[in-house]
Amino acid sequence: MNISKATTRLWSRLGSCGAYGQAMLEMPSIDESMVACTADLCFYSGLDRFSKQFPDRFYNVGIAEQDLVGIGAGLAKEGFNPFVSTYASFATTRALDQVRVSMGYMQLPIKLIGLTSGCSVGILGATHISIEDIAIMRAIPNITVISPADCTETVKAVLALANYDKPVYLRLSGPMNCDIVYPEDYEFEIGKAITVREGGDYAIVACGVMVATALKVADMLAENDGITCKVIDMHTIKPLDKGALDSLRGFKKIITMEEHSVIGGLGAAVAEYISCRDGFPMLKIIGIEDYFAHAAGFDELIDEYGLTAEKAYMRILDK
Amino acid sequence: MDKELLIKECEKSAKEIRKDCIRMTYSMGNIGAHIGGSMSLAEIMAVLYKAFVRFDPADPEAESRDRVIMSKGHGAMAMYAGMKQAGIITDDELMTYKKEGTFLYAHPSMNKERGIEFSSGSLGQGLSLGVGVCLGLKRKENNESKVYVILGDGECDEGSVWESAQSAAHFGCSNLVAVVDANKLQYDGPTDDVMRIEPMEAKWNSFGWDAVTVDGHNCKELLDALSAEHDKPLAVIANTVKGKGVSYMEDNPLWHNHNITEQQYNQAMEELENA
Repeated sequence: MNISKATTRLWSRLGSCGAYGQAMLEMPSIDESMVACTADLCFYSGLDRFSKQFPDRFYNVGIAEQDLVGIGAGLAKEGFNPFVSTYASFATTRALDQVRVSMGYMQLPIKLIGLTSGCSVGILGATHISIEDIAIMRAIPNITVISPADCTETVKAVLALANYDKPVYLRLSGPMNCDIVYPEDYEFEIGKAITVREGGDYAIVACGVMVATALKVADMLAENDGITCKVIDMHTIKPLDKGALDSLRGFKKIITMEEHSVIGGLGAAVAEYISCRDGFPMLKIIGIEDYFAHAAGFDELIDEYGLTAEKAYMRILDK
Repeated sequence: MDKELLIKECEKSAKEIRKDCIRMTYSMGNIGAHIGGSMSLAEIMAVLYKAFVRFDPADPEAESRDRVIMSKGHGAMAMYAGMKQAGIITDDELMTYKKEGTFLYAHPSMNKERGIEFSSGSLGQGLSLGVGVCLGLKRKENNESKVYVILGDGECDEGSVWESAQSAAHFGCSNLVAVVDANKLQYDGPTDDVMRIEPMEAKWNSFGWDAVTVDGHNCKELLDALSAEHDKPLAVIANTVKGKGVSYMEDNPLWHNHNITEQQYNQAMEELENA
């Protein structure tokens, strides 16, 4: 698939669902076994063109998320690679038992696509804001959890799931016109973290939209305080890239940043790893504190949650 | 095979299935097993495995096989005993039921090599798995394999059953057969008291299925119902008695999941033998 500065800009404008839909148009040519399933979210999943171009590969099950996952599981058992998309909050809570039994217990290789996770549809309120999905999916054995940093990484992650025979939860997040971390093509491998900025004082481990924010925070720390930061895109939260974490022992501070609850997410995953091993510095977990936000736009919620670059910077410096 | 002979074979298998369920339960000592809802399934599993399900133990993943999904996971014993009748598992294997190292768990655990298509135990999930399998078979242009999903009537309390019933009709899953073991008892008592599910047949029909109600302990009626041509997905509502075949168990919710004493074991085996 052609990935250039132009496509990167286009996908950023489209947002993560649109980027997902664009990547899906490529999938039949590289994965004969792939199919797409959704629960009355064809357009929302960015699958409008896919459904018209590949109607025989597309299943809309209506507003029935439990059936959605069950049907995906049946298709997976018969040798197909189903990309099953619905709102992240419904994928990971309404259909959780089906996800747990089919993807976790039976390890059927469903690709569960959690749309508009985090605060990206904050205006729709707490039912649609998804701040627990990483924690929920991470707690279930056998499920790989991926949270792309931007729309290009969303495309790269989808392409990486072609012919991939394990169950995966792919968390799509971020607003339209989301920040670009990867302006052009690059190497993406499931389970292998990417260093997007080198530095020697602090290490920031981030996922999702917070990778771009982490880069801004790193700029501020360098400019205002002379602190250099290594910034890691931990796009795969499970399995965690332990090698990438092992390399952080000499840093003065490790900071995790995620657009997700501070309970059970990336920060918790990093804490679980480093807290029982020697030689790591203090860890600061920056995420969404434990409460339901009111309905508001993405930018307002990010500000309220203290996840803007400015607020994250202050939190890192304990100001 | 001659139909009368086939009916006799099925009746004989049903009797063996019941005896095996009693043996498995007794072998678990004080722990016991889900005996009531396995006894109600005996004729259903006998007819399915003796007369319908095409499965070659030597080629367990053959594309042409029929798929059996025990959605009512606590009916596992009856399925295992039915599989023994079909020569899929041996008696020695059967008696490893729920014991250390077995592949025959209290609830079925997916085992592609041994004909256990899916794991179950959490109710209400098997029918949508069946719909997904049917869609997969269609994609592979496999028009010969059938998908049999065994449900409990109590299980039909689950909303997810009706999500999948609706989608089966919508997607035209004509190779899908749901058999409802309508034994009228769930954990907490009669289905009419706990959560009324009737009118069952009308419900399945209204969801776009061909539904038929039979005496679930009558092999001929089950054979006829399951042989019927159908363009829509087929629902066979099998009226049964929980604990069927053992006087002290029949229609008694106590026997949903229970252990058996030596005296009860002897009585049960005698009653079944003389039935």
